[in-house]
Amino acid sequence: MSVLIVVECDNGEVKKSSLEVASYGSQVAQMLGTTATAVAVGEATETNLATLGEQGISKVLYDNDSRLKDFVNGAYTKLIAAAAQQESAQIIVLANSNIGAAVGSRLSVRLQASLATNVVELPKMDGGQFVVKRGAYSGKAFSDVILSGERKIIAVKKNSMEPLHNAGQTATVEQFSAQLTDTDFADAPKQVIMQEQAGGILLPEADKVVSGGRGMKGPENWNLIEDLAKALGAATACSKPVSDVDWRPHHEHVGQTGITVSPNLYIACGISGAIQHLAGVNSSKVIVVINKDPEAPFFKAADYGIVGDVFDVLPKLTQAVKELN
Amino acid sequence: MKFLVCISNVPDTTTKIAFTPDNKELNKAGVQFVINPWDEYALTRAIELKEKLGGNVTVLNVGEADTEPNIRKALAIGADDAIRVNAKPTDAFFVAQQIAAAVKEGGYDIILMGKESIDYNGFQVHGMVGELLGIPTVAPAIKLDVEGNTATLEREIEGGKEIVEVATPFVVSCQEPMCEPRIPNMRGIMTARTKPLKVVEPTGEAARTQVTEFALPPKKQGVKLIPAESAGDLIKLLRNEAKVI
Ligand SMILES: Cc1cc2nc3c(=O)[nH]c(=O)nc-3n(C[C@H](O)[C@H](O)[C@H](O)COP(=O)(O)OP(=O)(O)OC[C@H]3O[C@@H](n4cnc5c(N)ncnc54)[C@H](O)[C@@H]3O)c2cc1C
Ligand SMILES: Nc1ncnc2c1ncn2[C@@H]1O[C@H](COP(=O)(O)O)[C@@H](O)[C@H]1O
Repeated sequence: MSVLIVVECDNGEVKKSSLEVASYGSQVAQMLGTTATAVAVGEATETNLATLGEQGISKVLYDNDSRLKDFVNGAYTKLIAAAAQQESAQIIVLANSNIGAAVGSRLSVRLQASLATNVVELPKMDGGQFVVKRGAYSGKAFSDVILSGERKIIAVKKNSMEPLHNAGQTATVEQFSAQLTDTDFADAPKQVIMQEQAGGILLPEADKVVSGGRGMKGPENWNLIEDLAKALGAATACSKPVSDVDWRPHHEHVGQTGITVSPNLYIACGISGAIQHLAGVNSSKVIVVINKDPEAPFFKAADYGIVGDVFDVLPKLTQAVKELN
Repeated sequence: MKFLVCISNVPDTTTKIAFTPDNKELNKAGVQFVINPWDEYALTRAIELKEKLGGNVTVLNVGEADTEPNIRKALAIGADDAIRVNAKPTDAFFVAQQIAAAVKEGGYDIILMGKESIDYNGFQVHGMVGELLGIPTVAPAIKLDVEGNTATLEREIEGGKEIVEVATPFVVSCQEPMCEPRIPNMRGIMTARTKPLKVVEPTGEAARTQVTEFALPPKKQGVKLIPAESAGDLIKLLRNEAKVI
């Protein structure tokens, strides 16, 4: 028996969300008195994989087949299933990402495992039952869920775990092959188009986000958002109407119909706080709202607020961050 | 081309969520149930493709009789016929088995779903159905075009998108901005009444997961307001008090 952790890598680096997943998985392994092995997908380097020891991983399996650089559902599923078989894994932990959830749902059928996505806390053993807490109703609630059966798959929501850092610990990296054939790559992408990221920080992975709404008046004013984001090391985001009129690209829009983020800090500038917007951001740890209307609904969901004009407030905030650094 | 659109029945997005006193179920009092918003993209895109390529659009819901008004709504929007699997949708795996069984029975070419159901936020059913049937799942897709037996899709990934080509049959989960969801018109509402709605009994294994309790997030403390004149103080609070920067 062991715990298998799926680690996503990009450009040689382990993704931040996967450091969280590794930390989650190694703590589950500790609870169960077993070992935590990882299987890496995407483009990785052995040096970076070895540092997963800091997150409590003892061994990393890695197949450096270049066809696995980009996500291929069929091939990834087969690779992870083979790793689970080899390690007799009873618990598989992955990120609640587009990759993690897609692979997790296929694996649950193939391995006859129970599956919980969007998990926000370490499991509890409750009277012999294995119980996880997960987000439901678009961030408006949580549910405790029993995972039954011998095998379990857990997809961990981003930013719900503080990554461990056991300085100096290293994991051994082992070559691993699942004997993948061409048919496993039938659904391989023909082309991958990555977006330009402001300051190089990927919105879904970011732990700080500066977001603008219609109150920003137009795309020409986005430098105010970008300057603050840059000073903070944050990603930028926007409300839906802003991306609908192409002030900002579609992939930046957060909310019920856009992406869901759960950063430590979400700063909303000139956004009213409609319920559909809140659905994408309400699990952020700290919410700051800047709006000139003291009645804006967003203030009800905020931890800190400034009633004021974004054009006046934002430069002051950027200046204050620069002074602090 | 035979299209199957899977719709779930969820509380309207503006619902204030509350639970029964034992926290075991949603308190449905005053809650309006709607077609899961993502599934409206799936439905509209299926109808658009049918109009272009010819064929038939079937909607399927796993649910008890109280979901029928929303199934009729899907028929009014333009689906041709409907299937209701008469069971409480206990978990994703249970639902996926029902859909897979319907696909085997009906021989559908393209199975369209939403990105996720906004009640359970599972993002699971489409992957499970693909695996149960041994066919690809593309999730979540922001674009879907079909030519002959091949579809070209754009799949959203963290920080970008992929162009994917798959042959039918396949499963796709749809997300905005794939299309502009349609609303029913008068003629649609009239004809929906007489379109076939078949009720079938569930098959397969029982659910593998079980919700024991719901909880609401802890109440926010209330907002701390900082005067605009001294906006810079916010940054100090974020460092020293909230400790997030
Ligand atoms: C089915 C459905 C799905 C939806 N999905 C989403 C979604 O995923 N994401 C999303 O964001 N929305 C979504 N919406 C839209 C949502 O309901 C709101 O319309 C939208 O979030 C409003 O965007 P906004 O706050 O930028 O604009 P507005 O509502 O116009 O608000 C602008 C705010 O800026 C303030 N303001 C103006 N000028 C200034 C200034 N100079 N300084 C400071 N403040 C200023 C105003 O007081 C106001 O509060 C959805 C709607 C529907 C019906
Ligand atoms: N009870 C149901 N009946 C029919 N389709 C469903 C049901 N539940 C979920 N689905 C479909 O599966 C998709 C993903 O749901 P989920 O995995 O629950 O987030 C939804 O958008 C629907 O298309």
